[in-house]
Amino acid sequence: MQEMSNTTTDIGEFEENTGEPEHRTRSRIWQGIFWVALIGFLLIAPALLYPVFVMQLLCFALFAAAFNLLIGFTGLLSFGHAAFFGGAAYIAGHALKVWGFPPLLGIATGTLFAAALGWAVGSLAIRRQGIYFAMITLALAQIVYFLVLQLPFTGGEDGLQGIPRGHLLGFIDLNQPLAMYYTVAAIFLIGFLVIYRIIHSPFGQVLLAIRENEPRALSLGYNVDRFKLLAFVLSAALAGLAGSTKALVFQFASLTDAHWQMSGEVILMTLLGGMGTIFGPVVGAFVVVALQHALSGIGSWVQVVIGGTFIACVLLFRRGIVGELARLLKINSL
Amino acid sequence: MNDTILEARNLTKNFGGFVAVNGVDLRIKRGSIHAIIGPNGAGKTTMFNLLTKFITPSSGKILFNDTDITNKKPAEIANMGVVRSFQISAVFPHLTVLENVRLALQRGLGVSYHFWRSKAMLHNLDAQAMAQLERVGLADYAQLRAVELPYGRKRALEIATTLGLEPELMLLDEPTQGMGTEDVGTVTDLIGRVREGRTIVMVEHNLGVVAHLADTITVLARGEVLAEGPYEVVSKNPQVMEAYMGVSAEEQEETV
Repeated sequence: MQEMSNTTTDIGEFEENTGEPEHRTRSRIWQGIFWVALIGFLLIAPALLYPVFVMQLLCFALFAAAFNLLIGFTGLLSFGHAAFFGGAAYIAGHALKVWGFPPLLGIATGTLFAAALGWAVGSLAIRRQGIYFAMITLALAQIVYFLVLQLPFTGGEDGLQGIPRGHLLGFIDLNQPLAMYYTVAAIFLIGFLVIYRIIHSPFGQVLLAIRENEPRALSLGYNVDRFKLLAFVLSAALAGLAGSTKALVFQFASLTDAHWQMSGEVILMTLLGGMGTIFGPVVGAFVVVALQHALSGIGSWVQVVIGGTFIACVLLFRRGIVGELARLLKINSL
Repeated sequence: MNDTILEARNLTKNFGGFVAVNGVDLRIKRGSIHAIIGPNGAGKTTMFNLLTKFITPSSGKILFNDTDITNKKPAEIANMGVVRSFQISAVFPHLTVLENVRLALQRGLGVSYHFWRSKAMLHNLDAQAMAQLERVGLADYAQLRAVELPYGRKRALEIATTLGLEPELMLLDEPTQGMGTEDVGTVTDLIGRVREGRTIVMVEHNLGVVAHLADTITVLARGEVLAEGPYEVVSKNPQVMEAYMGVSAEEQEETV
């Protein structure tokens, strides 16, 4: 009897009483399938594919997922995310190479730098909305690009080369491809879990409210600007985590990481995969990076193919790959 | 406690050279339903946005419970207990009906910046949210997404969300705008039911609704107060008949 009275006060029990709709159960099942597929892929990928290629996939997937936090779950279009990705790559590279930081501390330094830069850029940009917001982020990112090109420590056109991979925790040699791979896989998974949690937090609920109807969120007493700024900083930091990791993997921070074209590419990955979905950016990043690899033989025509893919996506399946899949499966979130 | 909950003193708003609201004095009595009416272009919406702090006055003062709120931000006055609704039904369309109301309740928990915690904790608010939904007759739709509700029910959801904040003062911007007769009746009943323990200010076109609900009516014309008082008095005022009812007699026929 004691046990029964306990279960009736259980929160999960209450939810059942109000009637959990069937589509939500289905949603959970499909999300579970995606998680299993993702983790399975992370574990066995190096046996099937070239590890460096998979690590590149994972860095871009994390970058796109971080970007999606803003566009998909807050409704903010940043056109300057390359500044956080590339800027963090340079700072992490410098910390690892010149200051001799161990790998994880180097990555943390890059990530923290991206967070600080995100705070500076975000504080200015959130004062405006829509296209003006996008333009301010673009302009500030161009300043970062200029600095990356001109500052003495960045190596100018050559980029920052010869970044040492070092030893993880002092004893795991990251020059071993598999050690490096599983480190990157772990960083990706942690970053992705952090994003998943942010989306599914009380904070994430307010972000959705802002995305859906900003004046209404304001009238309910939410200080919308502070929420947007925190979302911006989190997104920038996670983009920085991706950029720092990429610098460690390739032992190289290049100008293309900070170039505005990179800001465009991450938008493309997110739209293609499905903005506002959980797994969409990962799928989108995989598709774009895989296309770039597969088509590298045709040189700059790659851009034409990717441009065409983008147009097809916008015209034919506006929800993106995962978004359309969720619609076909009749579930709200995937 | 003062008898006046909200007071505007000599409130003026210029847009460039155009004076939308010109030296308006307004006193809202605690516990009343106070309607602001007037012909198109009379400055109702400007007045409403001034009172809810969505725009800043050019001059004049606004007092809420004797506190000067002229320079406060919308989120600040919402925390003080002044909550507004919008002309176009303001819901969060892709969230469920339950989640909509929960967003109003969530603020009280003080965890809204906690991005590291699971939103499962918000289920603690479900019972409270369901109670609000029952008040407006939406309990059966709790798991639907707001976008799937018909127009009149969206308005009911908006009111339920606003009630979640337990506002002392509720400001409704044309609550029955764009509704069919049936929905107008439902929403009017709803406002009548939820007025208990609070003050309501509404801008409204529909004179039937105003006559039915409002204790006091302020008639605006060309940015100034033309008349004020209960419906019976205001509706017999010759100036009002000329400025408002005279020109829109047919509209009145339709709406009443």
